[in-house]
Amino acid sequence: MSENPITDASEELMISKRKRAKKEAARKALLYIVLAVGSVSMILPFLWMISTSLKTPQAIYTFPPKWIPDPVIFKSYLKVWKIVPFARFYLNSVFVAFCVTLGQVMTSAFAAYSFSRLRFPGRDKIFFAYLATLMIPYSVILVPVYILMVYFRWIDSYKALILPAMFTAYGTFLLRQFFMTIPRDLEDAARIDGSSLFGIFWRIILPLSKPALATLTMFTFMANWNNFMWPLLVTNSTEKATLPVGLSYFQEVYQYTQPDWSLLMAGSLLAMLPVILFFMLNQRFFVEGIKLTGIKG
Amino acid sequence: MKAKTREALIAYIFLLPNLLGFLIFTSIPVLVSLGLSFFDAQLAPWPQVLTTKFIGFGNFIRLLGFHLQDGAWAANDPNFWKFTGNTMFLMMVIPFQIFGSLIIALIMNQKLKGMVAFRTIYFLPTISNGVAIYLLWQWVYNPNFGLLNGMIAKFGSMLNMELQGPHWLSSEAWAKPSLMIMGLWVVIGGHNAILYLAALQNIPKDFYDAASIDGASHSQKFWSITWPMIGPTTFFITIMSVIFGFQSGFMQAYIMTRGGPNGATTTIEYYIFKNLYEWHHAGYAASIAWFLFLIVFLITLFNWRFGGKLVHY
Repeated sequence: MSENPITDASEELMISKRKRAKKEAARKALLYIVLAVGSVSMILPFLWMISTSLKTPQAIYTFPPKWIPDPVIFKSYLKVWKIVPFARFYLNSVFVAFCVTLGQVMTSAFAAYSFSRLRFPGRDKIFFAYLATLMIPYSVILVPVYILMVYFRWIDSYKALILPAMFTAYGTFLLRQFFMTIPRDLEDAARIDGSSLFGIFWRIILPLSKPALATLTMFTFMANWNNFMWPLLVTNSTEKATLPVGLSYFQEVYQYTQPDWSLLMAGSLLAMLPVILFFMLNQRFFVEGIKLTGIKG
Repeated sequence: MKAKTREALIAYIFLLPNLLGFLIFTSIPVLVSLGLSFFDAQLAPWPQVLTTKFIGFGNFIRLLGFHLQDGAWAANDPNFWKFTGNTMFLMMVIPFQIFGSLIIALIMNQKLKGMVAFRTIYFLPTISNGVAIYLLWQWVYNPNFGLLNGMIAKFGSMLNMELQGPHWLSSEAWAKPSLMIMGLWVVIGGHNAILYLAALQNIPKDFYDAASIDGASHSQKFWSITWPMIGPTTFFITIMSVIFGFQSGFMQAYIMTRGGPNGATTTIEYYIFKNLYEWHHAGYAASIAWFLFLIVFLITLFNWRFGGKLVHY
């Protein structure tokens, strides 16, 4: 029999607490292991990409493949700029993505302000037309717009790459939903102070909508950077091709021979680098954006 | 000028740039596209001119119709049915994608240290999804020198066996599973995982505390609290994945397989592209696109009708 029941009870509590802590630590360790295994399988193909890009042609065509290139050569990263006009593709991609993103965010913000804050005849009907097109598959619109480009003689021009991609119902919808959540009191105060409608838009609505604007910027930039079908349709020279189309040209270079995979991987890596950096810097907005559009549908 | 008129005028000025673009590049094309689907429209490659002939429902009869051939019904365009089948076959990866995303979200919800780093890693494939990723996987699937068959061979040698991986993309049997494995890798840690994570974080903590007091086990808590609470998210993700699934498969087919071998990886989307760009059948392409729209529309209707009812709290 114990002399002091209180100490005993507290000891027992200590033991059960320790047991629970141990169990908790084991659970956490297990979760970390699962996460780590998952991460490795996510990253492995990328590492394989880097490894391949640093190999000599002989090292590429050996089986089973080795992970560590020996010797390590950087030649592919230099050659990539010479074998096809890679710098030109890069420039085109940056220019097109920049123009589309800027145009999209600006015109969407103006339109969204109009839809969410101003009264005019036909507003709800026009907005409904915007909404209705949201669920229409891209390929429905693709056919006539492609024909339009042919008729305008815009094939193989920056106009064809930029203008049709610049106006989407989606961007307007996203910003309009966000603008609706901004309280009206702020505006009323500004109106009483004699601020113009443009002033309200510029000095109140826009600064308060920075997260939504950042989200739309990210989505538009990344979607445009990775877009393939449209640039493939409307360009037919290396002069105007964007990076994804340019990468597909690599394949045609090697149509009849074994492809130089080291070169292809170096080019692919260079092509995806900007979006990966862009994402890492703006991750927060991306996550918020998915939640915002996902929940609103 | 009255204040009301002034406001309307300014509103139109704000709206105009976007509305103009919307009319020229979205809403009018939708109508033109519908019109085109009733024409035999050929877009000659050079000089690029469009020749059109009204054929009523001709395109749709060719697309969806059947005719008697040697006493049996045969599709007017057997390819279309094959490619529709391919598209739906590839969509069988969707349940795995959703299940995987849920697992990832459940783990990420555990408030472990270093979660942002993990999230970034899981998101990488979604971010870089494009031609570069497809080239990478084409190389991973290379039957003779690729990473995957290399790993299979190494695994075999560890067991003292001679294991040989399949020919992946160039085998008619393995081409679709190859694309599905890749699709799982691309999607699993992306948007759906984030949506699930948001849903998990919205479940009130009290629910779990109350269940703990009642002595509920982990699995009981999951099935009676977590799973019903994330029901709307699961429904939303499923609907979006299916809608997206019907419209996908172009880029991977163009880059990795050219729709082959023997048409095994050609999807509806790629078939539309080929009709428009390679065979210059603009009218037929439009009619396939409108059929696609019909499918998407029906799914959306289903969503509106049952979206609120299939999920219970």
